[in-house]
Amino acid sequence: MILLDRVTKVYGRSTTPALDRISLHVEPKEFVIVVGQSGAGKSTLLKLLTREERQTSGKIIIGGIDYDKLKDKNIPQLRRKIGVVFQDFKLLPNRTVFENVAFALEIVGMSSHEIKHTVPKVLDIVNLKGKEKNMPMELSGGERQRVAIARAIVRQPKILIADEPTGNLDPKHAWDVIAVLEKINRYGTTVLLTTHNQEIVNKLKRRVVTIQGGKIASDRAHASYKL
Amino acid sequence: MKRKWITFGRIVRTGIVNFFRNTSLAVAAMAVMVVTLTIILLSMIVNKTLSNEIQQITEKIDVSVYLSDDIKPDQVNELRRQLESLQNVRTTEFLSKSDALEAYKRENVNNPELLQAINQTDNPLPATIRVKPIDLNKVNEIQDFLNTPRIKELQSEEASYSGDRKEAIDNISHAADTLQRIGIAGVALFAVISVLIIFNTIQMAIFNRRDEISIMRLLGANTWYIRGPFVVESIIYGIVSGLISIALIHALFVASSGTLQASSLGLLDISYAQKYFNDNFVLLLLMQLGVGMAIGAASSVIATRRYLKFKTPKK
Repeated sequence: MILLDRVTKVYGRSTTPALDRISLHVEPKEFVIVVGQSGAGKSTLLKLLTREERQTSGKIIIGGIDYDKLKDKNIPQLRRKIGVVFQDFKLLPNRTVFENVAFALEIVGMSSHEIKHTVPKVLDIVNLKGKEKNMPMELSGGERQRVAIARAIVRQPKILIADEPTGNLDPKHAWDVIAVLEKINRYGTTVLLTTHNQEIVNKLKRRVVTIQGGKIASDRAHASYKL
Repeated sequence: MKRKWITFGRIVRTGIVNFFRNTSLAVAAMAVMVVTLTIILLSMIVNKTLSNEIQQITEKIDVSVYLSDDIKPDQVNELRRQLESLQNVRTTEFLSKSDALEAYKRENVNNPELLQAINQTDNPLPATIRVKPIDLNKVNEIQDFLNTPRIKELQSEEASYSGDRKEAIDNISHAADTLQRIGIAGVALFAVISVLIIFNTIQMAIFNRRDEISIMRLLGANTWYIRGPFVVESIIYGIVSGLISIALIHALFVASSGTLQASSLGLLDISYAQKYFNDNFVLLLLMQLGVGMAIGAASSVIATRRYLKFKTPKK
């Protein structure tokens, strides 16, 4: 599902690479946690996957799409296949919960009728039933993050990338969000989660990839993690 | 296909909603656009009016060749044939002595004393050939021909070149030329200024919504889904400005005819200008809308371009 082969990313004229010959293979339906301290290269890795940045060398193939052969005009199509959840939510502030989720479907040209049918189902999955008409400002951090997740999964992507989705949340809300991610993974979506929350990593008991100084320091199944 | 229409509808709707949300920016952009479009329209009407005047006066102008009384009919015909073979001659018309008298009487029908005087004498008017030149500024050729000694013999007096009228025509031509140049320069200048201001307006709108745009980008919105509403918004600027500019000119005519009762302002024949405006109203309206929409669309497409580039240099 995700294949990185000796991927290196050097920003601008910097001499030290942000990512240094990273190789990673993620199977379909896998749940992978990427850990690492700030500046280790986690965010760079995710930006390469969403094609916000382009690798300096190496090969990236996701869902059969070779990024080297991907033209700019096809980037939107790629992004529609990948759901992304951001640490800072990135919700549209002057739209309701319903409209935020619906937005992802409007972009792909889905009819209003279908949208009205689909969005409530997804809001149900992330336990936000009844909050459709709220504005993001009126929600707690955990609720906002779940809106973002709803938006990311409403198009039923094969891959969900969650970039520190619990980073801004208190423990209770953090667990709500993790629970939703596990649920989505059970439905068959490949999940790539970055975090530096030790407790979450240890309780989830999933494959853990540790990035350190731009390199993969360890890659273990059912691992625990210590900072 | 259906999806494309749904998307198109959403783009148009978003553009319209944004137009009403960004009122302060919209007013700034439209103010400049109205000035531009009004100048374009005004200079076009002035230009039309002046060229109409020049044409009207030109048509009245001719060179009159006065013939001596003892000329024979075949000499007249020969002279007309020769004149018509000149490059700059459109037509010639022959007036016999009695024709010339009739014409003179018609022209002076309001002057009974003069008519009485002329009736008491033998017909003093010479037979005349009226020559209509093609280009008024090149009557020299005709003049030269008439001044050759052989031809001069056939004439009773110096040919008339409508001297004073020619001068008036030259003045009008010159004024029209100058006005046209000023008009073109003004139109170009204001078109550039309005494009720049619309540029800025849209860039400000984009700057205000850059987070939203980056979110749209990350969610996989394609270029036209993001750009479309801006283009729609700017096209609305163009439509509204076009309508306002037409209304302004209309109001200008109503005010000038109502208060001044003026039919002409210096060289400018306002009643003709108004008639031209009224007769071609639909065409001028479409032109204003078209130009406005084109300025809006072009500047918004260019203004959004740099904000919509994918950041993917492989370096």
